[in-house]
Amino acid sequence: MAKFETPEIKDETVDIPALQTGVMSHSKPYVSQDKFQAPLGFPGELVDNWKDVAINKLGELLETNRALQVFMDSCVKCGACTDKCHYFLGTSDPRNMPVARQDLLRGVYRRYFTLPGKYFPKLVGATDLTEEVLGEWYSYFHQCSECRRCSVYCPYGIDTAEITMATRDIMNAVGVGQKYSNEIIGKVFKIGNNLGLPQPALADTLLGLEEDVKDETGVDVRYPLDEKGAEVLLVTPSADFFAEPHVDGLIGYGKVFHAAGISWTLSSHASEAANFGLFIGSAENMKKIALRIREAALDLGVKRIIFGECGHAWRVAYSYLNTLAGPFDFLDPRYPVPQHICEFTYDLIQRRALTLDKSANDHRRVTFHDSCNVARASRMGDMPGGQFVIPREIIKAVCNHYYDMAPDTIGEATFCCGGGGGLLTDDLMELRVKGALPRMSALKSVVEEHGVTHMAAICAICKSQFAKVLPYYGFEMDQIVSVHQLVSDAIVLDAKQ
Amino acid sequence: MFVTVLFALLFYVATAILLVGLGVRIAGYARAPAPLKIPTTPAPTTRGGVVLRMGTEVFLFNSLFKANKWIWLFGIVFHVALALVLLRHLRYFLDPVPTWVVMIQPFGLYAAFAMVLGLAGLWVRRIFVERIRYISSPSDHLMLALLLGIALTGLSMTYLWHTDITAVKLFFTGLMRFEFNPLPLQPMLLLHLLLVAGLMIIFPFSKLLHAPGVFFSPTRNQVDNPREKRHVTKVKWMTASERPATGGDK
Repeated sequence: MAKFETPEIKDETVDIPALQTGVMSHSKPYVSQDKFQAPLGFPGELVDNWKDVAINKLGELLETNRALQVFMDSCVKCGACTDKCHYFLGTSDPRNMPVARQDLLRGVYRRYFTLPGKYFPKLVGATDLTEEVLGEWYSYFHQCSECRRCSVYCPYGIDTAEITMATRDIMNAVGVGQKYSNEIIGKVFKIGNNLGLPQPALADTLLGLEEDVKDETGVDVRYPLDEKGAEVLLVTPSADFFAEPHVDGLIGYGKVFHAAGISWTLSSHASEAANFGLFIGSAENMKKIALRIREAALDLGVKRIIFGECGHAWRVAYSYLNTLAGPFDFLDPRYPVPQHICEFTYDLIQRRALTLDKSANDHRRVTFHDSCNVARASRMGDMPGGQFVIPREIIKAVCNHYYDMAPDTIGEATFCCGGGGGLLTDDLMELRVKGALPRMSALKSVVEEHGVTHMAAICAICKSQFAKVLPYYGFEMDQIVSVHQLVSDAIVLDAKQ
Repeated sequence: MFVTVLFALLFYVATAILLVGLGVRIAGYARAPAPLKIPTTPAPTTRGGVVLRMGTEVFLFNSLFKANKWIWLFGIVFHVALALVLLRHLRYFLDPVPTWVVMIQPFGLYAAFAMVLGLAGLWVRRIFVERIRYISSPSDHLMLALLLGIALTGLSMTYLWHTDITAVKLFFTGLMRFEFNPLPLQPMLLLHLLLVAGLMIIFPFSKLLHAPGVFFSPTRNQVDNPREKRHVTKVKWMTASERPATGGDK
């Protein structure tokens, strides 16, 4: 891979760079192969009549997705979004401005689906679909993490994520898929999770966790797998089973369930919260993955479904699960389906059902990174914006020192970590490091101003991405922590004994 | 008389293209399903909340305000001015002229200047802000030129070269009854009308579709209640296996 320089953090939290045309046109993830394409129902290599297939697929998507149709027509090129994408801010490549990225597809849409584009292509920026255009699609639609930041600022709510998903769907239809996402989806179909951990390995890992927690606390906290009749099915990203700091979060969930006295179980069949069908814009594959959760819930006879800390997973769970795999009329109607682990823990804290020792986290000065898809594509609790309030209230309940980053970098304006939307792969390292720039700038400010030592997050991708990227900016990799890791350290188990 | 007939036909054609073209596009938006819940959150959890959100978008350009104060300022000045100017123009089509149209007349006259100012501001940004210049096609500049042309020819008739406004009104009210009354042969008037007809014709094929589009934008018009209410549409991948498998490994 080509060498690259880590961008310099400027004084401004959000610094708008001068354009450097084409500086990221070399960035492309590894292309998928037949063995990864076939299980998803996609051709293994570029099909002969790929242009016809692509145009037909675009036509089909326009007819079956109102958002795409409206977004293709409505952009007035006002420029509101041009300085909003973290990949643009980090790379200076103008093709990473949301509108310019959209225009890669919009130009083709105009050429083949609108009158002016058919007769006056140059005038309206319409382009023929060529191999060169396909190459640009592959490059720049894999430089969008589907974080929706641009959609907050667009006067028509145009969401580049929808356009990226549609274009990736078209690319898969002609046989040009992305190895990283498609290989992972295959693993879910075959084994049940992104990492390909089979049932025995999961059982072994969870047993190890029980021993670790017993050693540390002297308490028998259980981490059950495939236990029929449990009250709660916990669906969590598979990174939680062993990656750092993810696993500390999983330990935390177990402690919370233990303290609440509620029986729970993981499922080996649905041992993955993340749904990469979202990333590649394939509704069919997304539905297939989601149905595994329904199957597991029915099979285990649980009454509730709770999701662990995972950003895009929570989007699919909160916004789509009911549509894709519902109705969930066989679950306890007193609880929302699904619930977020933060909603669960927050409720216990509010009812004073947990004994918490805040001083256990006194060695940490904490800030919170709002994960993009939790912030802009989901909710927690019963009021809009609950997804910002609840995680912060949990942190404040278990930590004495909490500080927010700059307002234009959190909440609905939060920046993606730089690794979301199917880009968390080593073949995109340059993009990931550069895309993290806005978040790293905001973090540096609170480190300097408030002596912040740790950044907490509730997304497996954010945690993996920051663990990898923090060192590039002069931080330590263990400065990223799970929210339930903080809970885990503060919770006092079996206090009444 | 030749010019009168020409412009009469032009306006019949332009009106037909505008109405039919817009109708087809809007029907397309309405017919296409929105298969998944994708409101940009935080989003309202009730229908009433969505109406309020849409209101702040359509009347106050709320999202644009968050994005960029200059674009917002020039954009809202132009749109509000355009709305006033359009309403003021109702006096050339309605007989008798309703009182409220008479009342906004003075504002409508000033609005023409505001319209020019807003358009000029947007154009200056399109030319001089590097990022916006990069994303602009020739058509984006032409659209501004067209609107500016309409505004300037209109202003010139108010302040420089007056036209026989009574005759213009007779021409247009006549068109609505399929009668051809003579149109004054004043160059500024003919240019003004030509540009307006041009705008009507390109409307359904251009970015001007943002006007109906915003109302159909799922990120803005959906209620955030996916857990409370199951969102189902008749899209192929949903209905293909609408009864999901029950229980257990396959």
